[in-house]
This record gives sequence, C-alpha cells and structure tokens, in this order.
Amino acid sequence: MTSSRRGFPGHLDTEAIRKDFPVLDRVLHDGKKLVYLDSAATSQKPRQVLDALSDYYEQHNANVHRGVHVLAEEATALYEGARDKVAAFINAPSRDEVIFTKNASESLNLVANMLGWADEPYRVDSDTEIVITEMEHHSNIVPWQLLAQRTGAKLKWFGLTDDGRLDLSRIDELITEKTKVVSYTLASNILGTFNPVEEIARRAQEVGALVVVDASQAVPHTAFDVQAIQADFVAFTGHKMCGPTGIGVLWGRQELLEDLPPFLGGGEMIETVSMHSSTYAPAPHKFEAGTPPIAQAVGLGAAVDYLSAIGMDKIAAHEHAIVEYALERLLQVPDLRIIGPTTAEDRGAAISFTLGDIHPHDVGQVLDEQGIAVRVGHHCARPVCLRYGIPATTRASFYLYSTPAEVDALVDGLEHVRNFFG
Amino acid sequence: MALVKLDSMYQDVILDHYKHPHGRGLRDGDAEVHHVNPTCGDEITLRVRYDGERIADVSYEGQGCSISQASASVLNELLVGKELEQARRIQGAFLELMQSRGQLTPDDAMEELLEDAVAFAGVSKYPARVKCALLSWMAWKDATAQALGAGDEDGPKERTA
Repeated sequence: MTSSRRGFPGHLDTEAIRKDFPVLDRVLHDGKKLVYLDSAATSQKPRQVLDALSDYYEQHNANVHRGVHVLAEEATALYEGARDKVAAFINAPSRDEVIFTKNASESLNLVANMLGWADEPYRVDSDTEIVITEMEHHSNIVPWQLLAQRTGAKLKWFGLTDDGRLDLSRIDELITEKTKVVSYTLASNILGTFNPVEEIARRAQEVGALVVVDASQAVPHTAFDVQAIQADFVAFTGHKMCGPTGIGVLWGRQELLEDLPPFLGGGEMIETVSMHSSTYAPAPHKFEAGTPPIAQAVGLGAAVDYLSAIGMDKIAAHEHAIVEYALERLLQVPDLRIIGPTTAEDRGAAISFTLGDIHPHDVGQVLDEQGIAVRVGHHCARPVCLRYGIPATTRASFYLYSTPAEVDALVDGLEHVRNFFG
Repeated sequence: MALVKLDSMYQDVILDHYKHPHGRGLRDGDAEVHHVNPTCGDEITLRVRYDGERIADVSYEGQGCSISQASASVLNELLVGKELEQARRIQGAFLELMQSRGQLTPDDAMEELLEDAVAFAGVSKYPARVKCALLSWMAWKDATAQALGAGDEDGPKERTA
C-alpha cells in the first residue's frame, strides 16, 4: 500500500463504518483480505439490516393487510412503515406514490406495461415514439423494445459522446410531438456518468412526453429528491443501497398512478372481485399483486435508516473523494483506458476501464486471486461496449465503506495483471 | 505475490496458445456458426470443412479471454486431420474434463487423447470460466451437425450459454 490517507478531505470514518459490515472481514485465498469493489452490482449489507431481517422473521412474521391477529398487524405496520421511510428518503409528496416491486427491472417493466395498456392520452401505440439512451442498462432497454414490438411504436435513442456523456445536440429531433415517453438513466452503471436532468425534462414537457428515470445507481449514492428531478416515474432497487435483494421501488406521480391501469392481477390489488370483473384498490396497492416481499421491504427500511443516519451528502462527498483519487491513480497505470468520464465531475462511483488488450475476464481472475472483487463483462450495457468498440470492460465501483487503501490495492493488483500477461 | 493457484489455471501451454494461436482466421468451410458467451462477451465465428468423414479444416475468428481463445487454438490443433468418430471422442473427453469441477485427474489414456487440452484441467475448478473453455468446442459440434446434415444425434442448435 502506498497510501493510507486517513483524514482525506470529505472522507467518512470508514474504520467505524466497516465494522457494521461483517462480510468485509472475509479473508480469501490463503490470507488475502477481501477488497470489495463491486458495489454497483450489489452493495454489502450492514449488521443493522441483517438484524432487521432476522428480527422480522423471528418476532413478527405474518402476511400483510389481511388477518386481525397481532402478528398480522405488526407485519403490516412494519411493511407500511418501510414505505413511509422510503417515501421520506426520496422526498415523495405522498407515501401512496411508492410502489414496492422486486427490483428496478420489474419497476421499469411495470411502467412500460402500464403505458402499453393505457387509454389515451398515455397510450403508446404505432403512431408514437419512445426515447431512451445508448448508455442504458438492459433493464431500461429491453422493456421498451418489447413495448415497441408489441405496439408498433418507434424506439429512438440518444447517442454518446466520445468522453462518455449523452449527446444532447439533436434533442429536438429525438424528442418530438410523437414522443410518449422518455426513459433514461440518471447515473450510468458502466460509464459512471451522471446525466443532466434539466434539458431532457424541459424538452419532454414541451411535447407532453412522460419522463421515466432509472435511478438505480443514483439513489444509493447521493441525496435524492423526486420532486427536483422533474420525472413522472423513478425506478430503483434496494440491494444496491445496503438493503436485501428482492425489493425494488417504483415511484410515480399520484395522478398517473390513479389513471393508469394495473399490470399484474391478483390478491392485494383488488377492491371487489366477481366472476365477471373486478375493481381495483387505490395505488400503491393496485400495482402490488400478491404477497409482497415483506421482510425485504422491512430490510430496505432499515437500510434507509442506516444511510440517513450517516447522511447522504456525506456519502456523496466521500465517494467523490474516492473517485477523484481512483481516477488519478488509475490514469497512471500504463495501457489503462477509462471508458467514461476521466474526471470526477458529474460522475458516480463506478469506473470502467480496459487494460491493454488483456481481456477483462483475465483481469478479473488475476485480481480475484489477490482478494480483489471487481465486475468484468459488458455490465448489462452491451450497446455501450459496441459504441466504444470494446468487447467488455473491468469495472471497479465504490461505496460508503470504500477506502483509498482499497484503491491502492487495485492499482497494485493491476500491476500484477500486467506482469502476468505481459 | 505468488499466484500459485492461478498458475494451475493459466498453464504455460494455455498462455502459449493464447499468444500464438493455431489456425486462426476464417477459411472456406461447409458450415459456419457464431457462438457467444453472454456473461463476458466472448465470441467465436467458426467454420468446418469435411472431406467425407475426415475433418479437413476448422477455421475461426473470435474475441475473448485467454481461456476461450486458447481453447479454440487447441481445438484446431487437435481436430484437424482427424476422423469424425475420433474427434467426437476427444470432444467428449474434453467436456467430461471441463465439467469435473476440478475433481478429475486425467489418466494416461485421457492425456494421450487430449494432448495440449489436458492443460485446461485447472480451469474446471472455476465455474465461471468453464463456458469460456467450452465455447469453441460447442461451436465445432454445432457446425459439424450443420455441415453433415440432420443425421447428427445432438441436433443443430445447442449453445454454450
């Protein structure tokens, strides 16, 4: 290690924070300490979240919204309490605008299906257009491809600049009077880019298009306000923000949730049912058919409490400092090419790169041998790899528990990779 | 830092084939297939040419990790010139070795059959990498089925991923 850098400007007390994450003590491969640089894939979970999960199952487990017994009431209060916490965390005007799903992909598929089955003025059909971007995760591409194929709507997208930003130069040609929906990622999972909100929102509003934001890589890392980003729908997932897997969120504006049709039918989402037809419960329940992920929602509530106690602004500042340091050090590694912005401005905590012509799979394998966990491949964003003419990248991603020493370990590890294949 | 365990996967034989591949490049063939390993983006386009039941050529172009590319090179070296029946025995043995999760120590007969491909034994301990090693072999099997017609018992559409 060439640097320990305690007291880094903007730095969190990672020594204390890391004590909350039991898995960070893991030792791998004959005594190598785990260096976890894959938080953009999924974050690690603090003890507080793990305790909330086991406490729920040990003390309160029951199905929600049915039954009058004590456990049913406690489980319902915990589940709905988690909704309150999430609503406050993203500054939603109403708790009823927070729909629990199983992940961000389901949230985005839910919006696409609401619009596919909607009546006018929301209906997506063969005379209309859908606009996305070339830097989307597959979860914000494929649902729209499916909707376009099924309705005959035209799918269009923003291209990318050479330095990994959205190319907004043709925005008025892309978003037109025919555009029904614009869906884009707030923070790219592969490039790390933070995208501008204002320009897209302004143009979408001009033509009356709905705006959907994939905030999966933003909500975990920065103070987030759904009212400030001028969106109609926002999707994100719990497991990237210290919560468990199996819980995602779709926030939607209340009047839209009232007007738009349900997608999945079943228990929980109804008001009355006869053999001929049914009427639906008000949102959010209209969109939560079946037994929901109760324990997972409770775990997400605990994660929100955990992050809020530390402070999202502090987490953002910490990550900014780490990313600044990581970029500085990575750019000194011979043959290393950053895929995405090379400065920390308007940038999230995921850094993708290539290392000469060594395939990322080989890079990842040799790093793993040193206890360093990174993600390799196309990161469910294959169009980005095609755009930049590369088969895949290696991605290091950081979170509130990441340290400058881990950046140093990565840089040292890459030196071993170069020697191994050199 | 001693990378003892990794050395068992990245045998010198494998790194040699990666750096100096045999028979790379596309040439005339009776059938062509394109296979991908979607988890990491390894890709191969592979052609086979048969002279009756004898493999006259296996040509390929691809991109991917050292394991997938070295494996295609070894395949070329091993299979070109062989009779189909013998090639299938080699493919079967390689598949068995790769699916052994590191539990199989190749015996003399297997070593004789697989030659350089024995070096991939270490890869079988890494589940995420087995598909890389098998990519070209599955492509060869698919291309062979297409080249020789529907008589192949395994059908034409098997994919590695």
